[in-house]
Amino acid sequence: MKLATATVPLALAMTFGLLACSKETPPATSVSGPITIRLGHAAPLTGPQSHIGKDNENGARLAVEEINAAGLKFGDRAVKFELLGEDDQADPRQGNLVAQKFVDGKVNAVIGHLNSGTTIPASRLYAAAGIPQVSPSATNPAYTRQGFKTAFRVMANDEQQGRVLGQYAVGKLQAKTIAVIDDKTAYGEGLAMEFKKAAIAAGATVVAEEHTDDKSVDFKSILTTIKGKRPDLIFFGGMDPQAAPMARQMKQLGIEAKFLMGDGGCTADFLKNAADAGEGRYCSLPGVPLAKMAGGAAFEQRYKARFNTGIQLYAPYAYDAVMVVAAAAKRAQSGEPAKILAELPKTDYAGVTTRITFDPRGDLSDGAISLYIARNGKWEALDTIGGAPSPAPSPGAK
Amino acid sequence: MDIFLQQVANGLTLGSIYALVALGYTLVYGILGMINFAHGEVVMVGALTALAATKFLLSAAFPAPVVFVLAFIFAAVVCMLLGVLIERIAYRPLRNAPRLAPLITAIGVSIILQQLAMMLWGRSYHAVPPLLPETTHQLLGAQITTVQIVIVGVAALTMASLLILVNRTRLGRAMRATAENPGVAALMGVDANRIIALTFLIGSALAALAGVLVSANYGIAHYNMGFMLGLKAFTAAVLGGIGNLAGAVVGGLLLGVIEALGAGYIGDLTGGVLGSQYQDVFAFFVLIGVLVLRPAGLLGEKVAERA
Repeated sequence: MKLATATVPLALAMTFGLLACSKETPPATSVSGPITIRLGHAAPLTGPQSHIGKDNENGARLAVEEINAAGLKFGDRAVKFELLGEDDQADPRQGNLVAQKFVDGKVNAVIGHLNSGTTIPASRLYAAAGIPQVSPSATNPAYTRQGFKTAFRVMANDEQQGRVLGQYAVGKLQAKTIAVIDDKTAYGEGLAMEFKKAAIAAGATVVAEEHTDDKSVDFKSILTTIKGKRPDLIFFGGMDPQAAPMARQMKQLGIEAKFLMGDGGCTADFLKNAADAGEGRYCSLPGVPLAKMAGGAAFEQRYKARFNTGIQLYAPYAYDAVMVVAAAAKRAQSGEPAKILAELPKTDYAGVTTRITFDPRGDLSDGAISLYIARNGKWEALDTIGGAPSPAPSPGAK
Repeated sequence: MDIFLQQVANGLTLGSIYALVALGYTLVYGILGMINFAHGEVVMVGALTALAATKFLLSAAFPAPVVFVLAFIFAAVVCMLLGVLIERIAYRPLRNAPRLAPLITAIGVSIILQQLAMMLWGRSYHAVPPLLPETTHQLLGAQITTVQIVIVGVAALTMASLLILVNRTRLGRAMRATAENPGVAALMGVDANRIIALTFLIGSALAALAGVLVSANYGIAHYNMGFMLGLKAFTAAVLGGIGNLAGAVVGGLLLGVIEALGAGYIGDLTGGVLGSQYQDVFAFFVLIGVLVLRPAGLLGEKVAERA
């Protein structure tokens, strides 16, 4: 499953590993020469979610390049950031192999992983090794509830998001009967559960609960069952490779119910692949809409200029995750994991996505959630619920 | 009742695609006694090359039905060449090697094809432009799209022609003779290499057809799409009795309908104890049951291991 894509980063990782070892072993004695801070980045680069994984890596890479271009210094020593991109295939087993590789290679911090299902098991390894981990996109609440001092995330968790989605479905979208579908992943199932809790609390009835997986493309059977129960709204906890064909099949089956998704379906690919069946669907994204932030449009432009492609989904979050780590390292005036770790809880960073501060668990304390509707092939922002408005965004790397 | 019919219609569409792909597995197994695990990837290549041809032809302002047919023909030609190439490079040199060797090269070819497709077409999902009218028809209360009708119709027609080809023509007789005993068939003047290459040609054309139909049905194509489909179709071939053409068709349709009904009714049947998360478990349960009672599959015959 990983030939060309994995061998190159592997070779890079090994080369940098050797280079860095030879440079880092005597940190106190060699006064001159740049300090290298190596960040591990893990996301699925092959398989159904590879387009989203590559997007994360691009976001992180942009941040690293901007920091290096701006020229960070600890005292009079130049600091150079390096990004080691690895493919975890969205698979918990592969995720732990990648995590072990980062631990053995003594990276200074980890940006990742993308999926909750890989982030949670990998966090145990990072915690044991004392390596700070900032996930751009793992939203399952369990990630930060294991008591690890190393686990942080820059996105609102599913408890926050599920609650907003549930209240929105019942309040604004006036759904009385609801069907819930999830993809059986830590993310999809977790979000669907939080959504269900909030929807029931707000007074709706859940008439059907169906399940699929993160590799299927045929949902006609479960949708037919749901159609028989005539819900006002269908909620899907999962990612866009499933959400887009699901929307199409809803249309083919003549299902009139509203369709609501979490952040996993809030992508450009959903709009492209669901085509006209995507119109009028709803989704949510933690944070404030990119367009509503002063730095959002600029970020999008820099991203497009660098990678010659549009933002898929979480690239701004991966960018912010790197920036948060870099800011902590700058405050600590050190790349040592323990010193970065000591500074991370004090983070107050005006990022592209939102103002980032952490609560004692490592969750984003400022959990704004925005809702979107698909209109004319674009995600149009509806409401932003909770969270403080983003202050002046940080202009690139400082 | 209308929900039941809808589920059966869903299952038959899915099953027709499984059957088309399963035929490719079973054809090769029947003649070479090996599992061509790269077959699912040929389906994917079929879908993606057809998509590339579609985009090109649409930009040249051809009418949609013509584009559909031309794109299929292009994909079929590419897949047939690919199939023959795979056989020539990865399987023929190993024809007299231990049985595990070609199985491993098959898996290798599958991985290589996926990676090549990823480099060529990228990681994103590709939207497949709707070439067939997206209208839905009411049939006894079930909603059926034109694409679904085309899938079931084309699949049925193809499978019938394949059965006639194998059982009624000279070429078919040569194929059956090679399957029976390649050595003796060669003595009777059958060019085994040519027959095997032809088998891969036919199987790959079927894969291209399946690829075009499946991407038209779901509206998306992706470099990873062949993997799961290949696995399911292989299961269908085993269910029906691998090596048996009618068995692949029966196995495919049955697996599709079992999956649809399983996902649709398992919750109601068990009073909510088991939900649709068990739909695959349900399908494999049936597979195990069939194999315990009939180890050679539903229509498979017990044959002595070939020496």
